[in-house]
Amino acid sequence: MSDDVDRPAEAHPVPERVAVTDAAAVLLAHLREEHGELMFHQSGGCCDGSSPMCYPLGEFLTGDADVHLGDLRVPVPDDGARPGGTASVPVWMSRNQFEYWKHTHLTIDVVPGRGAGFSLEAPEGVRFLIRSRIFSDEEWEALEAAGAL
Amino acid sequence: MTVYARPGTPGSIVEYKARYDHWIGGEYVAPAKGQYFENPSPVTGQTFTEVARGTAEDIDRALDAAHGAARTWGKTSVTERSNILNKIADRMEAHLEEIAVAECWENGKPVRETLAADIPLAIDHFRYFAGAIRAQEGSISEIDGDTVAYHFQEPLGVVGQIIPWNFPILMATWKLAPALAAGNCVVLKPAEQTPASILFLMDLIGDLLPPGVLNVVNGFGVEAGKPLASSPRIAKIAFTGETTTGRLIMQYASQNIIPVTLELGGKSPNIFFDDVARADDAFYDKALEGFTMFALNQGEVCTCPSRALIQESVYDSFLGDAIARTEKVVQGDPLDTDTMIGAQASNDQLEKILSYFDIGKDEGAKVLTGGHRAELEGDLAGGFYVAPTIFEGKNSMRVFQEEIFGPVVAVTSFSDFDDAMTIANDTLYGLGAGVWSRDANTAYRAGREIQAGRVWTNCYHAYPAAAAFGGYKGSGVGRENHKMMLDHYQQTKNLLVSYSPDRLGFF
Repeated sequence: MSDDVDRPAEAHPVPERVAVTDAAAVLLAHLREEHGELMFHQSGGCCDGSSPMCYPLGEFLTGDADVHLGDLRVPVPDDGARPGGTASVPVWMSRNQFEYWKHTHLTIDVVPGRGAGFSLEAPEGVRFLIRSRIFSDEEWEALEAAGAL
Repeated sequence: MTVYARPGTPGSIVEYKARYDHWIGGEYVAPAKGQYFENPSPVTGQTFTEVARGTAEDIDRALDAAHGAARTWGKTSVTERSNILNKIADRMEAHLEEIAVAECWENGKPVRETLAADIPLAIDHFRYFAGAIRAQEGSISEIDGDTVAYHFQEPLGVVGQIIPWNFPILMATWKLAPALAAGNCVVLKPAEQTPASILFLMDLIGDLLPPGVLNVVNGFGVEAGKPLASSPRIAKIAFTGETTTGRLIMQYASQNIIPVTLELGGKSPNIFFDDVARADDAFYDKALEGFTMFALNQGEVCTCPSRALIQESVYDSFLGDAIARTEKVVQGDPLDTDTMIGAQASNDQLEKILSYFDIGKDEGAKVLTGGHRAELEGDLAGGFYVAPTIFEGKNSMRVFQEEIFGPVVAVTSFSDFDDAMTIANDTLYGLGAGVWSRDANTAYRAGREIQAGRVWTNCYHAYPAAAAFGGYKGSGVGRENHKMMLDHYQQTKNLLVSYSPDRLGFF
């Protein structure tokens, strides 16, 4: 069991913790067709560290040591047989790392590159990358009020 | 000053092949799926060779070769294995300059470092384990007058090793030398950023090892690394990389009940006590060099001293001198022996560093020097260069807490010994640390108090084979270097022998 910090707002709108750029969403849609449902776990440290790692859903075991930051919405194309829509990609981070990251909003982007690790996008010649910004005071208060810190 | 000609151009001492297959069973083997990937040099961003894109089929083939060789190799005498390691070292020494230039071209690091550090250290590492294995002894416990426990070391068998890209040949050697000395066969997966220099080395030393003892399969992590790490046919997996992949590898290892060695990076504090500045002498000069070590290997070192903690009473003056020293770091063509800092190893590495400049500034950290991509001229403009950067801020900021793996140091001050220790240990990691003080008691107490596997005391970034290296906390499991590594690649066999002719009397 893990805490879901992206819980619904009570009194104030609670900001989402994670977002995805259009380019990264398109890539995720492509990877999803190839590998099925997906997940992210944000890494830390060393050669390919501090990078978001993308795996088939369930490949990486999450648990009490992790925090669920939120879910990315990825477009699912209309393939004729089934109507299009959106799919969900959960994003996780180690709980101890979250303590140092919780004041920042994260956006998963993609850049050309040669990532290591077992992340699914590496053979495509691209690498997922985290872009960060500090939550505003209003966002921070809303997160605090929602008990999401 | 020497500027080496670029590999593949007239006058170069190095020629990479146009294409590299896998090295399996003592020969080059084409990938099962027939696919290759391009390998660019970070020096110019241009592709210089292509490399086999391995898959599970290739890993299996390499494991077949390794298992085929394991029984014989594990039974060779330690003298024989030791002699082979020494021959590998001799061959490398005879070709040191070529290997150094080859690695510089593939990784982007300055040739000055590969000539003086990476390759000489790798050579010494083979020699160290050639000696260590011959001196290794089992043990005997006399349980009682009739009963003796004998302890023998036996090889694990076939092991998997996944190598990082920051020191492609030295990191491979750290894993290979003890594994081979201990009598194991190896399937090695280099990093996809640096797949070719290890094969350049295999072309030089491949004939010295029996076929199948060392196999190299290249490819992407998800396609080649995962089948290796999750294979039920390996007896151990050793990995250097980051935390999420480290956890995933432990997860696979738990399914096969095999041991792991994980080296997972850090955010190492480099602590300067005020007595360092007591005199403007050789020691002070050494300490300033110690500060500037964050730029070594473009900061692409797991133990990069990426947090500098300076005592308040000398903060302004020491930092001023440290900035001046940093600004003297010469950046340029990695093949020029005057160059001190070269190119980051890949484009995504460059992008990640630049993204940390954004988050650092966003959090209010102050850029004291650098903070931008370095624009070099000519075809170096296509390479991945970053100016050495000093941030000033607080230890809670993300630039103080995350491994950027670039030439970036985050600086803050501390009031006294306890404050220094609190800040130093306020991190998820515990791989390296530096302590600088003229006072032996201060230095000793700090070294013991810091939760890290390696505390350099009045030095930094030295990597002798006889000093154990590895992490506390989130920095990993196990050690590398030192003769204790033999034990990491061996099983303990206990023979419990009764020399009594009499029955026990139970039944």
